[in-house]
Amino acid sequence: MIIAWTIYITFAGAIAALLLPRTFSRLIALLTATASFAISLSAFFCGDLDLAHFTTIVQVPWVPALSMNYHLAVDGISLTLVLVTSITAVSSVLFSWDVTERPNEFFFWLLLVVGGSFGVFLSADLFLLFVFYELVIVPKYFLIAIWGSTNKEYGAMKLTLYSFFGGALVFIGIIAAYVTGGSLDLNQLAQFQFSPQLQSWAFPILFLGFAVLAGIWPLHTWAPTGHVAAPTAGSMLLAGIVMKLGAYGGLRVAMNIFPQGFQGWSNWIAVLAVIGIVYAAAVALRQRDLKFVIGYSSVSHMGFALLGLATANVLGVSGAVLQMFSHGVIGALLFAVAGRMIYRRTHTRDLDELSLMELNRALPFAAFVFVVASAASMGIPGFSGFAAEITILIGVWKIYPLAVWITGAGMVLVAAFTLRALKKSFFGDGAANVRLQQGCVALDADWNEQGRITLAEKLGAGLLIFTTVAVGVYPKLLLDRIQPAVEAMRFLKTGG
Amino acid sequence: MSYLELLKLASPEAIVTLTALVVLAIGVASGRGTVVAGVSPAKPQESAAGTAASTVVCTLVAVAGLIVAITAIVMLPPNADLFRGMLVISPLNSLFKIVCLVLALLTILLASRETSNYGEYLAIILLAAIGLLLLVGSEELLMIFIGLELTGLSLYLMTAFDKADIRSAEAGLKYFLFGSTASAFTLFGLSLIYGITGTTSFSAIADKLNTQMLSPLLFAGIAMTLVGFAFKIAAAPFHLWAPDAYQGAPVSSAAFIASGSKVASFVVLGKIMLVGFSPIHGSADWHAMVVGWSPVLAMLAAFSILLGNLVALVQTNLRRLLAYSAVAHAGYTLLGLIAGGREGFGATLFYTTIYAFTLLGAFGVVALVRRETGGDDLQNFAGLSARSPLLAGCMAVFMLSLAGLPPLAGFFGKFYLFSVAFAAGASHGLLWLVVVALFGSLISLYYYLIVLKLIFQTQNAEKFTASPIAHSVLPRMTIALAAAIVLCLGIAPQFLVSRILAALP
Repeated sequence: MIIAWTIYITFAGAIAALLLPRTFSRLIALLTATASFAISLSAFFCGDLDLAHFTTIVQVPWVPALSMNYHLAVDGISLTLVLVTSITAVSSVLFSWDVTERPNEFFFWLLLVVGGSFGVFLSADLFLLFVFYELVIVPKYFLIAIWGSTNKEYGAMKLTLYSFFGGALVFIGIIAAYVTGGSLDLNQLAQFQFSPQLQSWAFPILFLGFAVLAGIWPLHTWAPTGHVAAPTAGSMLLAGIVMKLGAYGGLRVAMNIFPQGFQGWSNWIAVLAVIGIVYAAAVALRQRDLKFVIGYSSVSHMGFALLGLATANVLGVSGAVLQMFSHGVIGALLFAVAGRMIYRRTHTRDLDELSLMELNRALPFAAFVFVVASAASMGIPGFSGFAAEITILIGVWKIYPLAVWITGAGMVLVAAFTLRALKKSFFGDGAANVRLQQGCVALDADWNEQGRITLAEKLGAGLLIFTTVAVGVYPKLLLDRIQPAVEAMRFLKTGG
Repeated sequence: MSYLELLKLASPEAIVTLTALVVLAIGVASGRGTVVAGVSPAKPQESAAGTAASTVVCTLVAVAGLIVAITAIVMLPPNADLFRGMLVISPLNSLFKIVCLVLALLTILLASRETSNYGEYLAIILLAAIGLLLLVGSEELLMIFIGLELTGLSLYLMTAFDKADIRSAEAGLKYFLFGSTASAFTLFGLSLIYGITGTTSFSAIADKLNTQMLSPLLFAGIAMTLVGFAFKIAAAPFHLWAPDAYQGAPVSSAAFIASGSKVASFVVLGKIMLVGFSPIHGSADWHAMVVGWSPVLAMLAAFSILLGNLVALVQTNLRRLLAYSAVAHAGYTLLGLIAGGREGFGATLFYTTIYAFTLLGAFGVVALVRRETGGDDLQNFAGLSARSPLLAGCMAVFMLSLAGLPPLAGFFGKFYLFSVAFAAGASHGLLWLVVVALFGSLISLYYYLIVLKLIFQTQNAEKFTASPIAHSVLPRMTIALAAAIVLCLGIAPQFLVSRILAALP
């Protein structure tokens, strides 16, 4: 089946980018990402797959002695996430078009993250899924530690150790499922009746392990520091893809194979998710670094996804998947503006300094993109964020009415910090501190002239904006594929 | 049984012995030439050329001998038993004889021209290899002790072989003192076991113990035997020699100590414990510990994992860091033996094999960097990726495999070990050990990443020689081969797992 080729193409591209001369590396990366984007699009629209069930596409024995298979499968949920991965990949390559320091290695690591993520979303074998899941850790470390900014070594190490810690918890959970269930096949495990006693301790370990990567409160602290330290493409991948790996793992593995454990613990997940939404939004309100604001907003948005998962009804869980898609796009867009469009030109992300720069006149396109991204992030109707969050909240209303009120307050906070960041960064009231010359700006301390917004940036931003608007206007496009797959899962509470 | 048949069955050992003698003879002959040239400095170039030629010949002979020996092992009949277990040929033994010889071969390739008196050095490596063959190929306590001693004495010499470096002498002496004490304990333990059971063959011991309760005397015998092996595999608290030996010895000796000697020790330890002492396995389950050898091993494992990883955190010398990480890895590897059974032994064997290749490669990189920069502190590795992308890439493979990240062999090895340990025992009683091991892996990731960060960050590299590392092709190819093995066994572990499991009864 063609969708599996996203994985192979991406890994092949990674190796090609590493070995071929450095002038080609970004082209190879773009070609690779575009090819996987095209593949996932074609699978999404023209595929004749049964998206309601986790349909096997490849199954080859790998280590028969331990019943490990190279087993890929796809359903509506994983296809949606493969799609957002490829979109984010294309745009993050476009937004790192200007990487000149060791581009071979940069695009190698970048494509490894992308390829590993494709692998996670398509794996139907627990061991294979875990391999891909852990495979993503190290590239992130190098991306941040070598090409990052602000406090990069600290951020990189913190992120890596948190990921690995989450991985260790996942590992225990996986082994527990493997040893008791006697299989690593996700579809078989999803049919297996684990004892309630096992589920009651294995589920929280497994889910928490995955949720570390999704930025669940109080294990979210890697996310803001990691996002801030990462290079632009790194933050885009982190926010756009890597945090989804955690939420997806929680849904596909933890909830699906330990449904009773999930039902026992879902209230706690909801509580943590609501705290995360409100807490991260409140913290974001007080940040001075633009990337920290966006980093905390990611935590807040992923809180919605976790809350949606905790509802255990069709609407809530479908909304959560939609939110993963939506935040993948919006988060990437926000980081692209902050990291590439602003920081590369002004060498600052401090909101107070930015407010003196009148960036809306210096970089009108960036201002436009940021306004759109902020609107999408706040949940204005017409963008994907609204569609996702409203679906989640309708689902939540049936189970936890109180949570809806609290998250409602959280959404006000989200709007507040987003508007604050928007106002300070682009529409500051300082005197024109900027030399304007026909759209070219000189913003850095040395008054070196910086180029205008490049074509690559415009393309990348255009792709992301188009996606969020398209899904915002017509969310049925995704929901039609997500919902049947969610309905097939067995943890659903009746009446959802 | 005729002598001819005996010789046929013992042909691998005989071939390696012959090779060692030939290499020694060549080395001694050419060494005398060097001394003569030393007193008469009229023709220094000629003598240097002569030494180089003899080095090449020595290496060639040793490599050829080892290859012939490996072929001989393949040609042996699959099963034979000489003198009630003294020399046993079984699929398992043959497999690990091959592994040991391959490790010796790679060590020789890495060592090229590392020390003076090269012929003698190679001969000692080969002697150590014979010791490993005896260790792996025997299922009888006395023979195993002989193997232990032969390996040990050769390794002490190899450690102290660098006469120009005082730390090498110190390391050799420390290794010798600790090692001989541990051997004494082992011998005493073996004598107690012999006194109780009246036999030295594994299977006979197991039969006797089946009908016997665990007496304090027997327990003392087993514990004392364990001391010797814990020393060999550098499990805490018997690891004290390891940091000094790893740091002070010539790099190839350290590589062989960390790889070949460790693999053979784990094979023997596994066979003694799981075959000979299987009736008194005991249980290391958290709430239901039963006296036997497995709780003792569990304590050793937990202590090794915690101590090794925590102390490795603060090391500034890469070889010391590898030594402490070796302590931790000995702890992980023990998990399989504690879990017991065919699966557990298989996991241990798989892990120790891939660990040996990983460490061999890592030491190879250390050797090249040491020749280039004159040291092996962590700072000497700064900016390695700019100087030699190949070495940096291989080092990344080794470090990440040690940390247990996919798609490298270390990841699969850990998964296998930990899942076996988790599955063993009633109601997941070994979960506590798995948690300790996972916690240890988390710590270890930090220091491996620090090493890689230094290697791959090039900003500060200008302080050091920015010249590319240009050195003989042979060690490089060996390192690349080791990296390829680690990578391939990570992607296709089935290749080794199926062979190990097929060889296990």
